[in-house]
Amino acid sequence: MTTAIKWRSVGQEAKLILIGIPVALWTLIPIYHLLLFAISKKDTAFSGNLWPSHPTLANFGTVFRQEHYFLNNFWLQFWNSVFIAAMTGALVLVIATFAAFAISRLKARGGRLVMNLALFTYFIPAAFLAVPMYRTMGLYGLLNSQWALILAMVAIASPYAIWVLKQASDKLPQELDEAAIMDGASPLQLFRLVYLPLMMPSLVAIGTYAILLAWNEYLYAFLLLSKDTSITLPVALGNFLAADDSPWELLMTTGLIYALPPAAIYYAFRKYMVSGLTAGAVKS
Amino acid sequence: MTAATLSGAASLPDASPDRRMQAWRNWGLLLLAPYVVIFGLFVAYPVGYALWVAHHPQSYIDLAEDPIFFRSLWNTVIFIVIGVNLKMVVALYLSGFFAVARPWIRWLSVLFILPWAVPSIPTILSFRFMLNPEWGVINQLIFKLTYEDGPNWLNDPTIALSISILVHIWKSLPFWTLILLAGRLAIPSDLYEAASVDGANNWQKFRFVTWPSMATLYLTCLLLSMIWTLGDFNSVYLLTGGGPADLTHVLATLGIRFIRLDRVDLAMATIVCALPLVLPLVYVMMKRFSK
Repeated sequence: MTTAIKWRSVGQEAKLILIGIPVALWTLIPIYHLLLFAISKKDTAFSGNLWPSHPTLANFGTVFRQEHYFLNNFWLQFWNSVFIAAMTGALVLVIATFAAFAISRLKARGGRLVMNLALFTYFIPAAFLAVPMYRTMGLYGLLNSQWALILAMVAIASPYAIWVLKQASDKLPQELDEAAIMDGASPLQLFRLVYLPLMMPSLVAIGTYAILLAWNEYLYAFLLLSKDTSITLPVALGNFLAADDSPWELLMTTGLIYALPPAAIYYAFRKYMVSGLTAGAVKS
Repeated sequence: MTAATLSGAASLPDASPDRRMQAWRNWGLLLLAPYVVIFGLFVAYPVGYALWVAHHPQSYIDLAEDPIFFRSLWNTVIFIVIGVNLKMVVALYLSGFFAVARPWIRWLSVLFILPWAVPSIPTILSFRFMLNPEWGVINQLIFKLTYEDGPNWLNDPTIALSISILVHIWKSLPFWTLILLAGRLAIPSDLYEAASVDGANNWQKFRFVTWPSMATLYLTCLLLSMIWTLGDFNSVYLLTGGGPADLTHVLATLGIRFIRLDRVDLAMATIVCALPLVLPLVYVMMKRFSK
């Protein structure tokens, strides 16, 4: 009897492992391949070995010292990515928090309409808006300005931010507002002293969401920016591809450096991201 | 809610309730304004502009004469119908795997989220290099095993599109698995215990406990994923560039092709042609989300 149960649990464990191994391989192989290139010398990168015979960090040195004509503006482009992501994060937080507060707590007139417009924007695939946005930025004279990308990212990230923040703020008890009003608080005081502190977890989730969205964006960055000194890292990586003599090991190294900050941010704020961002989807 | 605010304000001895309400309303409009401005300048105006540019019938005649347009439409349908359904079925299956309580499965789930957590460019480039016909690791492996040259993967439109779909699945599978996992974990465990007592096997537990609780969530995710996949530019453009011979374009990358050809009007017309595909999905999603 006990052996039968033991065997059954061994069988079940084996079945789980048989699913787990392919899942792990499927997930890790492309990332491992990226890493392998980054730590291999140029001539050994294509050997097809599972682990390079002489792993080296020399590629990182080459990238950091900008010692290749593809990398002349590496630090500047890194900074461009940081600047655009940070500005997008900050603007989305301000705009979306204001809007969610106005819709959910102040019951602003037209709030429902604005919410619906935002949701509509959220559901339209961003790639479809790209060409019209590109033309519009041209008309506004913003092409090649980093503000074009920041404003486009704000327009794309805000709808979801407003929706998540509105859901979260609808859950705050109405009694809080009433108590604040009884004490004679103005809307601004209510916002600053009651609303913001209570919304902190959602604000962290939304700030992270907007920063990652802007950092990861390729299509809009590639359309709206073109000067080597104003583009972001992903566009620079894409430009590598256009050349025949691309130094692959440097491309992979730069790609790895570019991928590390968002991965670190994601894992650092994973708790907020998962609870804050999936709650809405699960609810429906 | 307004009534509650009103009565709260009315109980104050000095301020007139009407004036207070008015002040609150004004603040509401003021705080809404930044988003409304952004929406007007960077969503409403571009959309309106696109519709205006796309109103010439000639654009549609040119579009209809372009065989690449129909090819892209067909590719998009394949991408959506096969790619998204495959992805969601696998996500549903894996959500059951990750729901099993084991320490190593928890660790695996942390790793599993990596494709979603890292930006798509570096990993798509990694795929691209793996597939390189001469130096790529896949063809090297094929050569070592069979002493024959592997195929030129991205030079065959069918294979190239299939790999784009796989890359898309690789990237977004973790996200949907996580969402479906959250839905699965919300099912009360006594339902499963009751099913076990009744002697249900795993399939019956799925069929009569899991699926009925998750069907709505699954359909929502399926529709949402379809909409987003329509806009997946990176998986196709960075892997195949639309090639070979523009045969792997989808609607999301077609706009870039028309910009290259200096035919922005055709790019706009493409969007208008996609609207019958998109708007019904958007309508259903808005109904679900605005509740």
